[in-house]
Amino acid sequence: MATTSIALDESPRIRTLLTLADDALILGHRLSEWTGHAPTLEEELALANIALDLIGQARALYQATGIDEDALAYLRDPHQFRNALAVELPNGDFAFTIVRLFLVSAASDAFWRGAVGADDPDIAAIAGKAEKETAYHVRHAADWLVRLGDGTAESHRRAQSALDALWPYTGELTASADRPAWLHAVGPVLQRATLTPPADGWMQSGGRQGRHTEHLGHLLAEMQVLPRTYPGATW
Amino acid sequence: MKARLAEARAVAAGVEDPEIPVLTIEDLGILRDVRLDGDTVEVVVTPTYSGCPAMNVIAWEIEAALHRAGFASVRVRSVLSPAWTTDWMSEDGKRKLRAYGIAPPDRSAPPACPQCGSRSTELISPFGSTSCKALHRCLSCREPFDAFKCH
Repeated sequence: MATTSIALDESPRIRTLLTLADDALILGHRLSEWTGHAPTLEEELALANIALDLIGQARALYQATGIDEDALAYLRDPHQFRNALAVELPNGDFAFTIVRLFLVSAASDAFWRGAVGADDPDIAAIAGKAEKETAYHVRHAADWLVRLGDGTAESHRRAQSALDALWPYTGELTASADRPAWLHAVGPVLQRATLTPPADGWMQSGGRQGRHTEHLGHLLAEMQVLPRTYPGATW
Repeated sequence: MKARLAEARAVAAGVEDPEIPVLTIEDLGILRDVRLDGDTVEVVVTPTYSGCPAMNVIAWEIEAALHRAGFASVRVRSVLSPAWTTDWMSEDGKRKLRAYGIAPPDRSAPPACPQCGSRSTELISPFGSTSCKALHRCLSCREPFDAFKCH
């Protein structure tokens, strides 16, 4: 890799913006990996549209830091990313992708609705757009979740197994004070999907501090290879 | 000065949406302001969706249209707040959309089929060919159609 990473001096405001932006960028990137592989054409368009919304939100949040958005996306190393571990895990099967989209979107939907009145004018403005978009994301993921969970024995098994695997990663998705509201939001949908949420126990963490799973490095290698190999490339 | 501003405004307002070329950016409601800052024309637009890929193209086209009209210095600025809503779409824009085969935003769901006018329609997918549209099907004439999402 030809280009060295940027050094960041993170103020609390920049840390907050990067946390939100990195969640959106990394989940957007994961969803974009479905392009060309989704189970139906309509679902392909849906996942790509959601990915676009998320990457658009990430751009607005990066721009609000006052630091070059491309440098933030392409010239940081894994330990400089603040995203939750849940969004960097590989897509797995379609059930895993949908369960994750649902659990993460339910948290971001509540966050953005609350942030519409934020003191920071940039965050409030971004929230005004993002809350409309995430409302669609949650609804779409919830529709699929019910179809998979309350579908065939095989789709139920896969959805339940994704839920079991992802649950320990959900501790990072909300501030602990917001967790009861999040549980209250996801509970009825899981029930309609005939899925059983595991009890809250020990939770994975570290993403917010830059301690990531091995998967983020692989994701970034693919995402960053071009701008790092050909700095300033245009086409 | 006033005539020059009016001309700049008319040129900017006439720029077409690259993805839905029957609509101008004024019809769409994303043109927020045109002002003169010395010799520079400043055009303020607001994105429809955060990730709408048409926004970059729209900014280039605004600049190109104003350059062609003799305005040498042009600046396009994007503002997020207040957030765009389909309520800002002009009535003329809604009529043009319907004629083009896209159901305009309509809060009294389900949308009417732009082909036969029937209200007997169903949603196929909430995400259509662009961020701003959903895919529907008419149960009367059986034609699938795009509908502009209420936003």
